[in-house]
This record gives sequence, structure tokens and C-alpha cells, in this order.
Amino acid sequence: MAGNGDGVTLLGYWASPYALRVIWALKLKEVHYEYREEHLPDKSPMLLQYNPVHKKIPVLVHKGKPLAESLVIIEYIDEVWKHNPLLPQDPYHRAKARFWAKFADEKCVPAMFRAFSKVGEEQVQAAKELRENLKTLESALEGKQYFGGETIGFLDIAVGWIGCWARMNEEVAGVNMIDAEMIPLLSVWFQKFLELPIIKECLPPQDKLLAHTKEFHKMLMMAALT
Amino acid sequence: MAEEVKLFGKWASPFCCRIEVALKLKGVEYEYIEEDMLNKSPALLNYNPVHKKIPVLVHNGKPIAESLVIMEYIDETWKHNPILPIDPFEKAMARFWAKFIDDKFWALWPGVKKAITSSGEKEREEGIEEAQLHLNALETQLKEKKFFGGEKLGFVEISASLLIWIVVFQEVMGVEILTQEKFPALHKLTQKFVDDDVFKQCVPPWEPLVAYFKAQWGTLAASK
Repeated sequence: MAGNGDGVTLLGYWASPYALRVIWALKLKEVHYEYREEHLPDKSPMLLQYNPVHKKIPVLVHKGKPLAESLVIIEYIDEVWKHNPLLPQDPYHRAKARFWAKFADEKCVPAMFRAFSKVGEEQVQAAKELRENLKTLESALEGKQYFGGETIGFLDIAVGWIGCWARMNEEVAGVNMIDAEMIPLLSVWFQKFLELPIIKECLPPQDKLLAHTKEFHKMLMMAALT
Repeated sequence: MAEEVKLFGKWASPFCCRIEVALKLKGVEYEYIEEDMLNKSPALLNYNPVHKKIPVLVHNGKPIAESLVIMEYIDETWKHNPILPIDPFEKAMARFWAKFIDDKFWALWPGVKKAITSSGEKEREEGIEEAQLHLNALETQLKEKKFFGGEKLGFVEISASLLIWIVVFQEVMGVEILTQEKFPALHKLTQKFVDDDVFKQCVPPWEPLVAYFKAQWGTLAASK
């Protein structure tokens, strides 16, 4: 039977930021895992079996038990492998980290997708909303090096991917998403975070991701015309 | 240091209700502050500048917003009578289902809104069908007994309590969305909440709640 006995298997997709942030968590915790690439849009029987509710990656399988939803998975990883903690110990700081991860996922990411996939006035508004929400997110840094303090933590890996994908989306969709003047501290943080070796080595090949992004954009633009 | 716990809320909000249930289960004493959402207090705007919404829990001057985040905070701060399971996998599953419930609740809202504000019967029925699609997803998972741990109210049960508001909505709209016939498991669950001692203390009284939403939606329908 496929899987990894007592071990860890991650079902992912090379171009998925949600799979990526789980990979970052696993790497930071030095967890050995087996990676299985899903060849989306085709979904393997294993994926459908392990995530019948959403049928999406990432799915983490540990000791035969599957978990879905990337932030749920990351918190699970943090609780099972206790060294190099991702979330702070203090409940109030944990609550803040969870609050901001939710804010990024619910306010920044959909705006970024709309700025990427829409045209005209809708696109302009979406990009404006994204820039404003990133400005709000910046306030969570509170003058620290990283969201986690001196070292990266839960919130850094939850939102750091946006820096990479936004730059690519900007180029392809032709709209400004990361305004360095508007978010000077967050811009610096994006750069620093994405340059960290443990983070950088997991990023998908950038030329391949750019080509993929262009393809995706073309598809969306054509769909919008029909 | 004496504990100071404040909850900024709205009596008719299902998200606020969740927090009151959690605090009562933990036996935490708190001061409740009712917010007028059309005239938000400076305190609320100060404590939740990002969303400007309730519920907001303020513990010894430190504010926490977003109901599921608040519930986790409550569970981690007052450790007796745990709301979340202890086992990491079970805990993860609880978080998964709570998110699922929230996502479905928000997903069915456009259908409900369509049904309320529509002028035509066809559009109204479309709205109800759209809402029921998401209820179906909840019903399927609930029937397979994946949701809930045991008899007592835990994280997922408390999160799911907002489903009672769907029953309120259908009374306001004068149309059945969450029928016992179509959604037996969900219907049984809403009854479980209605019968629970702690929950009974936290859920707003039925008639005023129905009247409140009737008034709200009268405005919604008129503004269309």
C-alpha cells in the first residue's frame, strides 16, 4: 500500500504556494518525508481518497492518517515535532500570528488573484485593495526583523510566498502589486525571507513558474472573453 | 494580578455566541459590552482596527479578534475543561471541520441574500437552492459522523452552533431551507444545541432574534 508506514508523505504540486509553505515547515523541523507530485489537473486516486472533502493538495499523511488545509497541517507539524517551534509559546502572540495568517489568506490572496485575473476597472480596484491590505499586514511586523522575531516563524512561512508570486503576477498581468514605497518594511522582509537558503532552495524553478504563470494568465484572459 | 476579561459583542451575532459558550464552559467571568454596529465605539475601533468587527475579546488589555482565533486563545489560556482535543491529529481535524463549517456558512449566505431580496419567485427559489447546495455538503459530512467527538460541546460543536441562525433565517423568510426531511442530521444537530444547558444561556431569545433579522432584511430588500 502506498504511503510511508509510520513516516510522513506530502501530496503536493510544484507550482502550489500552499504545498510550498508546508514544505518550509517540514524543512524547518528537519522532518524526513516522502514527496508525491500530483499531476494537476488530474487527481490521483490517493489524493481523492485522502482528501475527499476538498480534493486538493497539499495533503500530509502521517502514520497513515491524512490531513488537509495547509495552515492546519503546519500547526499539526509544529505540535508533533516540538523542536524549532514555529508558533510562539505565549497564547496572545499565538493568537496574533493566527489572526494575521487568516488576514493574509482572506484579504491579500483573493485580491491578488483578482488583480491577476481581471481587466479594466475591476483589476485596478483589486490591485489597490491588495496594496492597501499588504500595508495593513506590514503593521504586524512591529519593527521586527521577521514576523517571528529574530528568526522566522509560523507567520513568515504562512505569508512569505506572496512576495514571490506577487512579483511574477505583476510582470504577467501588468499591474503593480508590491509597491516598495508604500510598504518599505514588508518589501525588505519579503526580500530577506525569500533569500534565506532554507526558504530559497524550496522555491519552484523561477523560469518554469514564470512560464506556468503566463500560461495560466492566457487561459484566464481567454475564458473572460467567452 | 486580577483577571480582566471583556467581550465586545452583538447580541444577535452567532460569532459572538460562540465566544460566550466557550467562556461559560471554562467558567471565566467577563464583562460583556454590547456594540451598536451602526455606531461603533472608539474602544472597538481601537481594539479591532483591522476589521472593526465583533466579537473582540480583551484580556488584561490585550485584544483578540476572529471567533475561531479567540476560541483557541481561550482554550490555551484557561486550560481546564479543554475545548480542543489533546491529541494533535484530533486537534487538527477539529480545526479542519471548524474552518469547513465557517466556509460553508459564508458560502450559503449569497443564496440566502438572493432569496430575501429577490422580487421574483424563480430567483427566490434559485437562492434557496444555492444555499441548500452548501447545506448538502455539511449534511453529508455530518451524516458520516466525521464532525463530532462526543456528547459534550467541543471546538467543532461550538463552531457549528451558528447553524441555528439558518433556522432563524428560514423563519424570517417564511420558507424552509433546513428541512428535517432533506437535512435530518443537521436538523438533529440544531436540536442538540437548543437542548444544551450552557448553550441555552448564550443563544439570544428566539422571538427578538427573528424580529431583529426581519427588520434588518426589510432594509436589505428595500435597498435592492
